[in-house]
Amino acid sequence: MDEAESDAGCLVTVRNLVFRRGNRKIFDGVNLDFPQGKITAIMGPSGTGKTTLLRLMGGQLRPDSGKILVDGQNVHALGNRDLYELRKRMGMLFQSGALLTDLNVFENVAFPMREHTRLPESMIRTLVLMKLQAVGLRGARNLMPAELSGGMARRVALARAIALDPMMIMYDEPFSGQDPISMGVVVKLIRELNDSLGLTSIVVSHDVHETNTIADKIYILSEGKVVGEGTPGSLIRSTSERVQQFMTGAPDGPERFHYEAPDYSGDLLA
Amino acid sequence: MFHRLGEATLNSFEKLGRGSWFLWFTLRGVFEVAARPGLLGAQIYSVGVLTVMLITVSGLFVGMVLALQGYTILSDFGAEETLGVMVAASLVRELGPVVSALLFAGRAGSALTAEIGLMKATEQLSGMEMMAVDPVKRIVAPRFFAGVVSMPLLAAIFSTVGILGGHLVGVGMLGVDDGAFWSQMQATLDYRDDIFNGVVKSLVFGFVITWIAVFEGYDSLPTSEGVSRATTRTVVHSAFAVLVLDFLLTALMFGDF
Ligand SMILES: Nc1ncnc2c1ncn2[C@@H]1O[C@H](COP(=O)(O)OP(=O)(O)O)[C@@H](O)[C@H]1O
Ligand SMILES: [Mg+2]
Repeated sequence: MDEAESDAGCLVTVRNLVFRRGNRKIFDGVNLDFPQGKITAIMGPSGTGKTTLLRLMGGQLRPDSGKILVDGQNVHALGNRDLYELRKRMGMLFQSGALLTDLNVFENVAFPMREHTRLPESMIRTLVLMKLQAVGLRGARNLMPAELSGGMARRVALARAIALDPMMIMYDEPFSGQDPISMGVVVKLIRELNDSLGLTSIVVSHDVHETNTIADKIYILSEGKVVGEGTPGSLIRSTSERVQQFMTGAPDGPERFHYEAPDYSGDLLA
Repeated sequence: MFHRLGEATLNSFEKLGRGSWFLWFTLRGVFEVAARPGLLGAQIYSVGVLTVMLITVSGLFVGMVLALQGYTILSDFGAEETLGVMVAASLVRELGPVVSALLFAGRAGSALTAEIGLMKATEQLSGMEMMAVDPVKRIVAPRFFAGVVSMPLLAAIFSTVGILGGHLVGVGMLGVDDGAFWSQMQATLDYRDDIFNGVVKSLVFGFVITWIAVFEGYDSLPTSEGVSRATTRTVVHSAFAVLVLDFLLTALMFGDF
């Protein structure tokens, strides 16, 4: 269904998305296409609604209008059961990792398998160790989440996200709060997993540099609209002021440094 | 002023509505819980570990105080032999269910709210949803049913230990006749009137406290302040609910209206 509207070769398409929080329009008619097998990044300043977008894609929030197709299915037209079936094929990496704090690393990765499959214990063990090996943490299987560094926690969460061999993964700010080394590890992992598992990756981030090194395609969001799209190279050469400001990190530009305020000298003398 | 009052009333009705809706989803998790008794067992164990020691020690002291107080009154009427009846009836009908419910709310209820609230604040619940696992069925329902099942057991432990404490003081220290203590108790306590009603009370208390606890946790603002406020609300609201419900239930069960 809805096949005709989703571009060929795109796993996820967003059409005319409108979403409000109170009176504020977080998204105001956004269109996005996420090509199969590619890494697509969504960039934008903090608070533009990047996390909100991922929650809309996962069906945790409902749009006010517009639609989101994932693998040809309209996410918000699905019943609960179908939505849950779809989610099994969508991995999501939360900003905090969101590991279950009362389970150790092994059990965290085994969690989706135990919940959704009837695999024998020996098989689960093999699969978990394979997933942990992929993120380089096979040796950390007995640690509790509280004993992990931020970077390790995110890698465990990544192993868990690929536990059920999903068709896609959504990463929420995978680079933020990482030291340079674990940053490099995450960049490498996202690329490797994307290519070796044939995943479709969606990376949401405000880190321009890392995103540029990794993405096949980038969308820049600002104030509820797509203000730029293209390959990293084409965006750097873009003539749009807004895109330039974001890509170079200039403090003032179309995106104002100052929160809206009355005239400065008038305000001081008032 | 009236505007504020109206708003507060509306808010609490709105919350009651959401709470009921949430309860309905939790109750529907009964099939999930029945299919995986391990989840329920683990929760009963954790509720039990939190509370058994507290309940035992408190029950012992409450029973001992009852014997002391009862003896001074009963001995005025030369009715020391009925001390066992007095201690046991007070415990089984009232103090067992009520005091253990208050302790349960303070210990296990607050812990449940904090646990679920923190899971929400750290995106564990969202994460579960995205792994296609319903957190209400997987996290909330086992805890809820564990609370409902545990409460009568804890109240029974409280009453039993309390009676032993009463025996310790009454027979051991004050010299009430051992045979009379037990035989009067057995002859007078009624299975239906006393024990059954006590169990019903603690089932109701367990249901309400755990409902409040899991809902407050699930409904808390996902910040550290939000979770701590929710925890306080759990204790205050459950204590209040227990005392009001105790009056209503007592009136229904024992009142001669
Ligand atoms: N639960 C919520 N209730 C109300 N507003 C929210 C909620 N979550 C996020 N917001 C608001 O929505 C906007 C977008 O948030 P978010 O998607 O987290 O931004 P980003 O991930 O791009 O930093 C922010 O202005 C935030 O304050
Ligand atoms: Mg965010």
